[in-house]
Amino acid sequence: MDIKRVKDYIYWLYYQYLLITCSYVLEPWEQSMFHTITVTVVAMVVYTAYVFVPIHVRLALEFFSQIFGGQPESTVSIMN
Amino acid sequence: MKGRRGWACAPRPLPEEEGSVSTTGLSRRGVFVLQINHIVHNGGLYKRPFNEAFEETPMLVAVLTYVGYGVLTLFGYLRDFMRQWKIEKCQNATEREEQKDFVPLYQDFENFYNRNLYMRIRDSWNRPICSVPGAKVDMMERVSHDYNWTFTYTGRVIKDIINMGSYNYLGFAQNAGTCQEAAAEVLSQYGAGVCSTRREMGNLDKHEELEKLVARFLGVESAMAYGMGFATNSMNIPALVGKGCLILSDELNHASLVLGARLSGATIRIFKHNNMQSLEKLLKDAIVHGQPRTRRPWKKILILVEGIYSMEGSIVRLPEVIALKKKYKSYLYLDEAHSIGALGPNGRGVVDYFGLSPEDVDVMMGTFTKSFGAAGGYIGGKKELIDYLRTHSHSAVYATSMSPPVVEQIITSMKCIMGEDGTSVGKARVQQLAENTRYFRRRLKEMGFIIYGNEDSPVVPLMLYMPAKIGAFGREMLKRNIGVVVVGFPATPIIESRARFCLSAAHTKEMLDTALKEINEVGDLLQLKYSRHRLVPLLDRPFDETTYEETED
Repeated sequence: MDIKRVKDYIYWLYYQYLLITCSYVLEPWEQSMFHTITVTVVAMVVYTAYVFVPIHVRLALEFFSQIFGGQPESTVSIMN
Repeated sequence: MKGRRGWACAPRPLPEEEGSVSTTGLSRRGVFVLQINHIVHNGGLYKRPFNEAFEETPMLVAVLTYVGYGVLTLFGYLRDFMRQWKIEKCQNATEREEQKDFVPLYQDFENFYNRNLYMRIRDSWNRPICSVPGAKVDMMERVSHDYNWTFTYTGRVIKDIINMGSYNYLGFAQNAGTCQEAAAEVLSQYGAGVCSTRREMGNLDKHEELEKLVARFLGVESAMAYGMGFATNSMNIPALVGKGCLILSDELNHASLVLGARLSGATIRIFKHNNMQSLEKLLKDAIVHGQPRTRRPWKKILILVEGIYSMEGSIVRLPEVIALKKKYKSYLYLDEAHSIGALGPNGRGVVDYFGLSPEDVDVMMGTFTKSFGAAGGYIGGKKELIDYLRTHSHSAVYATSMSPPVVEQIITSMKCIMGEDGTSVGKARVQQLAENTRYFRRRLKEMGFIIYGNEDSPVVPLMLYMPAKIGAFGREMLKRNIGVVVVGFPATPIIESRARFCLSAAHTKEMLDTALKEINEVGDLLQLKYSRHRLVPLLDRPFDETTYEETED
């Protein structure tokens, strides 16, 4: 029963995707082409996010910790 | 003036400003309903509440609609490319080989749109029917094996589809009953028609009878009937105005009025839809500045408006238009194609609806096609006007006279509405239509659809916006045995695609409930319930003074 509902929900989501992108009115071969393009774009975006976001987050953290957190340490080192 | 909130209040010509907004939280199914009892600004001119609202397009919906058109356009270019390089078979019209070097015929946007966008959802239009288009209709089933380029009939008939698409306001589209019997009798007595014009041998006593009846029905001195509603507009406006005259036309006027105005050779200026500020500005400018270059005063100023606008479902602000017309001494041409029979306590159109005098409207035009279940059009007004048109209008001089059975259908149905047939059937139909309209509009609004127009207008546009939803809505409704009309570009602005329901007195409560249930279901399936209950009364839409300055002189 639950599986059926999940299946229905996924089909409903797919239907909404078809309607909003207008692929609902495309011919089958155009539709498969459109889906391939969308899937490729989405996959690339996800992969790029997976590869680059952690690095950028780490760099950002380092940068901000240098500005706010690192200040007293450096003054101490100058004193010495 | 109490409780106005939010919207701007610009200075207005006529003094009595009145508008009341009441915010009521109705607990019906937890939906918060904002009720606007907006009696417009010149409230003193109106004898009845005038509730007309147009909800703004939600931003997200507008963006997604453009995305959809973007996808379709890209694929359209791809397909055009493939057709040109003969990768796929070209099924659309192309130039002949020997005309290749001439100016291209099929390259403008409308052709591109037809080929690549309209063709994909063409099955929702021009559906062949095979019964009388009354409250229920039989439709011929058809399939397409080449994605809507051609159709073949399966031979099956889809029976008893609830017809929400015909302009059958009073339900006179019948193949039985008094009208049909009378028309059949006249057919056997007079024949199908006289192949001559009214000026020559085509003038029958039935025509004279009809014209007298129409004049009595409208409350005007004299009237004239034509065999074609479209030509009534497009041929009579050129007879009324010409060079040196000015036409002020509503931006959403029907194609026949636009054609008539253009044929007349008069200068045309467009005012914002139903916007009296815009109209007054144009009138003032016309009187102050006169004709361009010579600065002579205009010979005549004619205001062209419609009673009910068939795409927006709005009703003209007639009391204000008449006030402006009198103030600036111009003429008023009122096209009652949709409102005659459908509005007013006596079914006598928008003049009756507002309780005004027909004498205040100079030219009353209307059609017999919608409410009377016949064909043709009429013009009513002062006797001098009609006598002038009888000799000067092209459609009065050259057109073949109306077919007697059609004339008889109009006479019987009109007498029925007037109560002159000795029954109260006509009156009951008018009331039934008003009830159906209010009920249907109220229920749709409660469901959360964006509905345009006046609450008393039997034309009910339901906004769809996205191009794929136009096709999906038509198909899903047909699957559920309901016939609807869907409208897209070029009849509407490109993002404001809609479905248009036309109510009829022939619809029973059960039919409407069935239709509403199915619309609700399809609305959930297609996610059409866009409304956020934020209504913007039309008059209070921001009015940009720069928008109409592009009018050329």
